[in-house]
Amino acid sequence: MKEELNTLEQTVSSDYKYGFVTDIDTDIVPKGINETVIRLISAKKNEPGWMLDWRLKAYTQWQKMEEPKWPNVTYPPINYQDIIYYAAPKQKEQLKGLDELDPELRRTFEKLGISLDEQKRLSGVAVDVVMDSVSVATSFKKQLSEIGVIFCSMSEAIQQHPDLVKKYMGSVVPMTDNYFAALNAAVFTDGSFCYIPKGVRCPMELSTYFRINTENSGQFERTLIIAEDDSYVSYLEGCTAPMRDENQLHAAVVELVALNKAEIKYSTVQNWYPGDKEGHGGIYNFVTKRGICLGERSKISWTQVETGSAITWKYPSVILKGDYSIGEFYSVALTNNHQQADTGTKMIHLGKNTKSRIVAKGISAGYSNNSYRGLVRASKWATNARNYSQCDSLLLGDKCGANTFPYIEVKNTTAIVEHEATTSKIGEDQLFYCRQRGIDTETAVALIVNGFAKEVMNQLPMEFAVEAQKLLAISLEGSVG
Amino acid sequence: MLSIKNIHATIEGKQILNGIDLDIKPGEVHAIMGPNGSGKSTLALVLAGRDGYEVTQGSATFSGKNLLEMPPEDRAREGLFLAFQYPVEIPGVSTTNFIKTAVNEKRKYRGEEPLDAVAFLKRLKEKMALVNIDQSLLSRSVNEGFSGGEKKRNEIFQMAMLEPKLAILDETDSGLDIDALRIVAKGVNQLRHKDRAILIITHYQRLLDYLTPDFVHVLYNGRIVRSGGKELALELEEKGYDFIKDELGLTADLQAE
Ligand SMILES: Nc1ncnc2c1ncn2[C@@H]1O[C@H](COP(=O)(O)OP(=O)(O)O)[C@@H](O)[C@H]1O
Ligand SMILES: [Mg+2]
Repeated sequence: MKEELNTLEQTVSSDYKYGFVTDIDTDIVPKGINETVIRLISAKKNEPGWMLDWRLKAYTQWQKMEEPKWPNVTYPPINYQDIIYYAAPKQKEQLKGLDELDPELRRTFEKLGISLDEQKRLSGVAVDVVMDSVSVATSFKKQLSEIGVIFCSMSEAIQQHPDLVKKYMGSVVPMTDNYFAALNAAVFTDGSFCYIPKGVRCPMELSTYFRINTENSGQFERTLIIAEDDSYVSYLEGCTAPMRDENQLHAAVVELVALNKAEIKYSTVQNWYPGDKEGHGGIYNFVTKRGICLGERSKISWTQVETGSAITWKYPSVILKGDYSIGEFYSVALTNNHQQADTGTKMIHLGKNTKSRIVAKGISAGYSNNSYRGLVRASKWATNARNYSQCDSLLLGDKCGANTFPYIEVKNTTAIVEHEATTSKIGEDQLFYCRQRGIDTETAVALIVNGFAKEVMNQLPMEFAVEAQKLLAISLEGSVG
Repeated sequence: MLSIKNIHATIEGKQILNGIDLDIKPGEVHAIMGPNGSGKSTLALVLAGRDGYEVTQGSATFSGKNLLEMPPEDRAREGLFLAFQYPVEIPGVSTTNFIKTAVNEKRKYRGEEPLDAVAFLKRLKEKMALVNIDQSLLSRSVNEGFSGGEKKRNEIFQMAMLEPKLAILDETDSGLDIDALRIVAKGVNQLRHKDRAILIITHYQRLLDYLTPDFVHVLYNGRIVRSGGKELALELEEKGYDFIKDELGLTADLQAE
């Protein structure tokens, strides 16, 4: 028994591969949040008046709100006056093309495995890269625009497509939705905007890569995806940050709108810096993601692989408004060392014959704490609503924790909600069994973890599934024997 | 093939094995019998390299190599197989995938290419027949929700797939009804081979009715107290383990005089 503890105690030996800092001139707004800072951000982005008003209103609301205390995570109080709210790599005002990108930035993203060169780029994936507060480049814009797909930074969308932004921004996640959403609405700096016109099946994966670079800065981006009738889009986001001893805040908002028979597939591979082995540093990932199936027979599917961040707090949700609409949530959340995660989903059934499916897999190792929190609500109009939820926890060692908090509210007697949960543990017995068959510890852990997460990984776009699988294995490297 | 000399072993400081000598040659079938708690499983786990089972004295060579210096996975890759008394469940990993990984890790160790899907499937089909194992069992997670008999059959199936040089079967017969016992014994019998040795650990004579050993050893208090041919097993069955105790008691008394 003692031996068992010893081997399982040895935690991560592998280094976070993305922990470097890019040395680039950065335009920074002084620390702290107040009206002046918000006006400054808005002015820097040359925003129309309505946008500034929206921000100021959100700021007023935010000041009246309180940070949520209910998540199953602990952290010291955040000093919101000690955060830089705007940091932008300095470069030419208007890039004519990707060739004009600062070579240092290009190198940075190449080091992260993101080639901005359209020729070299994974075929079939368009990418928008956001560094700190701004989008620095978007590929395949031209090709996409030929079929009417708009894929650009949020800043550009505010300038070029104000009607769409005005109509949909805040329509899914209202500015007062929660503390972090309100903060985001006040100070958000960039993010991605996607618009898929009626009847178009977007021919490539759209993706955004988020990178935090500047010290003491926070990242507050907003993403908005609108899929018109009979359209389809698959979108993927990835993220990394340098290794630092101080915690950094990432408070993003993502809104998805699916109209009649439209389908949005949104995948996340979240690999923010998780902090060191002792739990110093790392990103606070406090994110509000929500989609609305506005049209009949529309579908929104969230897939997330969460391995990074010191603390993760996010509940990608679907409001099933259109009759026969479908919501899905597939999640793998892995925590190691001192990481904490409180994540899950909300499926809000409003329309008739709506269906939702939740598959959540939590993997905890080291001293980490991993909670699934989910709400399934069937309103009184949601005749024949169906939900199936499956929540599984896998523990490595016995210093980590896993919790499940499923909330179910059913107001319609024809609705059926099913929930299943399991907890299992990788123990020394299993590892020895594998080793006795010639499978070494590392391979055994990868085998077990990947087997456990398979159902979710299968949902990822092919190009990213392999990468995500490796990420799971790397994140656990050295966590056993 | 396996040569054990004067092995002493402790678990958490507690002395369990008190000097074991054993020589096993290719093609031989040995049986170790002994009452509960005599150290049979401990011996098997020491040979397989389980953490926490500390060898304090003695040596063991396997195919000319120092067994005790190798990590468990290398012992396995060298051809040592242990059919566990209590096979472990591994949720989420299909039995097929597990065995495929094991087979290929062993091949990698020997510098061989991994088996391709076709060759692997062919071997799988072949060996399935050997132990009457059902296809549906193989698509399920390793041992998860298997009945006692299915778990034991799965152990022998893995043995068949991995083609070890030395197979140690730790109480593979316990918990099996007579039909299951016959199937398992039949499977093991078919795996008898001039280059393969088998060490059967059992509490009862039962299995030995179907699997005739060349040698029988009696383990008592962490020591081999008697060795003989297959007739020793019958004698034990007839007289029970008490007769060994009595005999030993007597010896001890004589020595004391
Ligand atoms: N993990 C352990 N910790 C402490 N003592 C153990 C452990 N495993 C076995 N033992 C002790 O070692 C002795 C031999 O056990 P074992 O080898 O399992 O016997 P057998 O297989 O012959 O029934 C017993 O006294 C048992 O209590
Ligand atoms: Mg035993």
